[in-house]
Amino acid sequence: MEWLQQLINGISLGSIYALIALGYTMVYGIIKLINFAHGDVFMVGSFIGFYSITVFGLGFFPALILSMAACALFGVIIERIAYKRLRNATRIAALITAIGVSLLIEYGVIYIRGAQPEAYPNVFSNRSFEFLGAQISIQSILILSVSVVLMILLQFIVHKTKTGKAMRAVSHDTEAAKLMGINVDNTISATFAIGSALAGAAGVIFGVYYTKIDPLMGVIPGVKAFVAAVLGGIGIIPGAMVGGLVLGVVETIVSALGFSLWRDAAAFVILILILIFRPSGIFGKNTREKV
Amino acid sequence: MKKSKFASLFLASSLLVGVLAGCGAEEEGTSSNGGEGSSANGGDTIKIGANLELSGAVASYGTSEADAIDLAVEEINAEGGIDGKQIELIKVDNKSDAAEATSAAIKLTSQDKVVAIIGAATSGASVAQVQIATDTKTPMISPSGTSTTVTVGDDGKVNPFTFRTAFIDPFQGTVAANFATNELKVKTAAVYADNASDYAKGLAASFIKDFEAAGGTIVAEESYVAKDTDFRSTLTRIKSSNPEFVFIPGYYEEVGLIVKQARELGITVPLMGADGWDSPTIVDLAGADALNNTFIITAYSADDPDGKAKAFAESFSKKYGKDPNSFNALGYDSVYLLKDAIERAGSTDGTKIKEAIEATDQLELVTGLYSVDENHHPIKSAVIIEFVDGKQVFNTKVNP
Repeated sequence: MEWLQQLINGISLGSIYALIALGYTMVYGIIKLINFAHGDVFMVGSFIGFYSITVFGLGFFPALILSMAACALFGVIIERIAYKRLRNATRIAALITAIGVSLLIEYGVIYIRGAQPEAYPNVFSNRSFEFLGAQISIQSILILSVSVVLMILLQFIVHKTKTGKAMRAVSHDTEAAKLMGINVDNTISATFAIGSALAGAAGVIFGVYYTKIDPLMGVIPGVKAFVAAVLGGIGIIPGAMVGGLVLGVVETIVSALGFSLWRDAAAFVILILILIFRPSGIFGKNTREKV
Repeated sequence: MKKSKFASLFLASSLLVGVLAGCGAEEEGTSSNGGEGSSANGGDTIKIGANLELSGAVASYGTSEADAIDLAVEEINAEGGIDGKQIELIKVDNKSDAAEATSAAIKLTSQDKVVAIIGAATSGASVAQVQIATDTKTPMISPSGTSTTVTVGDDGKVNPFTFRTAFIDPFQGTVAANFATNELKVKTAAVYADNASDYAKGLAASFIKDFEAAGGTIVAEESYVAKDTDFRSTLTRIKSSNPEFVFIPGYYEEVGLIVKQARELGITVPLMGADGWDSPTIVDLAGADALNNTFIITAYSADDPDGKAKAFAESFSKKYGKDPNSFNALGYDSVYLLKDAIERAGSTDGTKIKEAIEATDQLELVTGLYSVDENHHPIKSAVIIEFVDGKQVFNTKVNP
């Protein structure tokens, strides 16, 4: 059952993309900023998880929660220091700042600990079982369930809590939300906190699943997650989940057909096709373009 | 007073003439049928130069080789030297720098007038002295320069006076193919190579050629790109082609992940790589369990039970208090390779030594049997190391 195995491979990869893509899409939805530093928050989360497992001897779940909390704080700090004062600046200024923040984080981490990679310790047993001829490891089951739980939690926060309501309101119309008495700054910070926490979780999951982490590990997953967010329709939360999973499965299929060297190209071909034929993404509604 | 002044002037000038004449005779001697001229010049010692990385970025390679060269020279001198002549070793530090290696070679050939040069440890510094070696007809042996360009120039012509002790990279593909067919007795193999590195591509190509020549079938040929982290989909594809053996030339950073992911997907067959795997990090990345039943190729192992290797390991650890590594062994072998050639040449003339090295056939060295092919690449034994619970264990020695 090679195809079942490949599907599992694809969904595992895709769920990591989806977790990162959620942060992109939430931030874009609320302040129309493509936060290119998001991939690096993912990297920082991975390192926080690594050090809490190796240095503090924590287990997987405490490390995951610690990493999510630290990343949430980190995301808020980035927003407050770098993006807040640019809220009324041109979008290109904010975009360039985001790239600057991204490089600052990458090389800041290299400055602090060097560029050498680390190997994530084995927190789960390496055991795997056979299911219809496919090898499914305990790890990938846990990783998938953690991703799914986080996504459900996110849906709950966005649709059932007051903060979520505020986020949706600000995303819909910032000015009107302000007039209704919503604290826009706090809501934006909350968005950054939630998005960054998800990136931190993705970082820990990535480390456990792929073992090797290094300070530049966030670059390619970050760009892929951006593609996933655009694919699903940037700014739309379910779109990011579906986009991530679709991208992971497509990349896996490309490799499975023997074109492993074209895998990265496939992601960007998808981006180009989506931008040409359906710029608002799978879940996007066609809206009038503001001039 | 005047008379004596004149006399001293006369004496001095005649001395000068004598020196000049001597030089002339000597030059004539080396350039024509040499032997006697230069051995008369050498007196009762044979001068050998060592042009090594004793400081700088790769000082650990150079100093490792220098230690072993010292040991070899000491042993040879204690046993009466080469043809009754003691070896005089002249070591020069090239500071891990190609330009310094060139000037070190000029110093060794023009000032010290060495018979041959051992060094340098790296390919870059070795290539930098090729021209000097060719111009002065001084044989040079690079113990560990593995790039083909050390012995074969960019124009495809062999550098006549340049040799090496270590096998070149693609040769490891041949060794892996031999090991898979003869020792593991497998009939089908998959190759999964790093597409971004010439090293890996060269190894893959020579493995495929020799494995197929030995009657094996390549059932899958896949590639990855350095810095990838997800290999599962390609590995699943490899698994579905049911190979009995997977050859993975590449570097430990990716190979560690490939081995781990392959084992998770249930690929239990032997996996094999080359010296690119040789790093303690691979055990962290792959995990000791996943690394079981994997093999790598190296030039030398301190656990080699072969008599010569064992004797070397013993005398080395007696002198330096540690186990020898590959660089030690290759440096040591370079001296014995040269000794053998000088003895067979019966002369210290550069051209004759060069011809003797070219004729080296199945010479028994610490790193195995050594012969030279027409491109001055060695055809020699390689050591196969197996990972057992995260430790490197000597498995076997594959002879050419």
